[in-house]
Amino acid sequence: MSFTMKRRSVLLGSGALMLGACTKVGDSQAGKRFFETVDDWQMGLQRALRARNALAPEYAPEDISPTFRGNGSTDPQNDGYPEHVANGFADWRFTVTGLVERPLSFTLDQIMTLPQRTQITRHDCVEGWSAIGQWTGPQLSTFLELARVREGANYVVFRCADDYTRGRYYESIDMDDAYHPQTIIAHRLNGEPLPVKNGAPLRARVERQLGYKHAKYLTGIELVASLDTIGLGKGGYWEDYGGYQWYAGM
Amino acid sequence: MRHFVSTRIWHWINLIAIVVLFMSGLNISNAHPYLYWGDWGFSPTQAWLAVPRFPGWMTIPDYYSLAKARDWHLLMAFPFAFGLLGMWIAMLWNGHFRRDIKTTRREWRWSAIRADIAKHLQFDFTHGEGKYNFLQKIAYGAVFGVLLPGMVLTGLAISPGMEPSLWWLVDIFGGRQSARSLHFLCAWGIFGFFVVHVVLVLLSGPVGQLRAMILGGDHQPTNPPFARPAKSEGESA
Repeated sequence: MSFTMKRRSVLLGSGALMLGACTKVGDSQAGKRFFETVDDWQMGLQRALRARNALAPEYAPEDISPTFRGNGSTDPQNDGYPEHVANGFADWRFTVTGLVERPLSFTLDQIMTLPQRTQITRHDCVEGWSAIGQWTGPQLSTFLELARVREGANYVVFRCADDYTRGRYYESIDMDDAYHPQTIIAHRLNGEPLPVKNGAPLRARVERQLGYKHAKYLTGIELVASLDTIGLGKGGYWEDYGGYQWYAGM
Repeated sequence: MRHFVSTRIWHWINLIAIVVLFMSGLNISNAHPYLYWGDWGFSPTQAWLAVPRFPGWMTIPDYYSLAKARDWHLLMAFPFAFGLLGMWIAMLWNGHFRRDIKTTRREWRWSAIRADIAKHLQFDFTHGEGKYNFLQKIAYGAVFGVLLPGMVLTGLAISPGMEPSLWWLVDIFGGRQSARSLHFLCAWGIFGFFVVHVVLVLLSGPVGQLRAMILGGDHQPTNPPFARPAKSEGESA
């Protein structure tokens, strides 16, 4: 019986050790690199299982949720953003820079004259909640074609106006999502100009990924070959400071 | 009646996967502890359930980190899902399912079910013919047929990157937030199975049971000292 008891405590003990080890492994540098590799595999597997331009589901007007929750920055106070709100974003500029033949700068009025896409989609936050809204704006691919992307550009970096707790927000996607038909630079939500809490005057919609990829308060996009020199090098604010996966399709 | 080597390997890989998935899942639940039905839901007033906050000793990592919990959760989802697929193929291939888990019409007679329940209530675990009795078949059948695949399918359904190809699966569950609620309910169903499973192993000769599941030796379950087996020999034969 004592033999059984001993064996049982060994089993329980090693179980507890294993669970404690999970925390330690996850906190180590090697663990972080390992999980980044796993994130890459998961992106590869998901993309192998679907068509490149497969669309996220779109909903009917009656499915739109009564309000659209704002999360993260909901009322930026830094670098003149409140003044932009006060004058209706009349001086707001959206730039296309980096690896392009023709760097561009748009006013909001110019953005309205581009071909528009309207889509009713579901927004899924990494925390677990969802909201449905109707978004309107030009496709990101329209800007990329106007600026003529140069050979070697692998990522689109979203530049934002809001300082979150650790610094300026930014995000990035690769060309697979950048050229996706539902990836748009939205300026309207449910037929109204984008509210401040949802990213006025411009936000990205990246419909096949989680909410933190849908950068708000956009001041421009930058085409880059590598994410290594952007921010802390992980491709986004939450990737740099919060440890979230760069690929947010799961 | 030995356990197949496929059963034994899967059992232990699956144990590790499930423990990590469950504990990291509780950490993820803490990020937004409200459950909804339908496609959307984002505030407590819309929730059908406000989930209690799970303390650090129940979660992986042992402090609140949605990012790290997701790392572990998405990592272990792979051995769990592909392991389950492999186990199903092996069970159908080697006859384990047909012989040990599939029930017969005879077992569904009320008198037979009642006798089996009575035996369990008396902690009498001996059974001559067949590896599992009726209640065991039902329990393993529900776990293999509903709860484990339910975890994989609801997990796929709440993954936005899968939805362009698996939109029909999300529809079957009644929307993404319904799939998320079912993911949570299936997880606790598996937890319930886990508790009963461990208790019954401890009561029916744990050393022999563990040896059989590790080394594959022959093991007949034994009764705990306080069992009150039925007097007639025919019952257990």
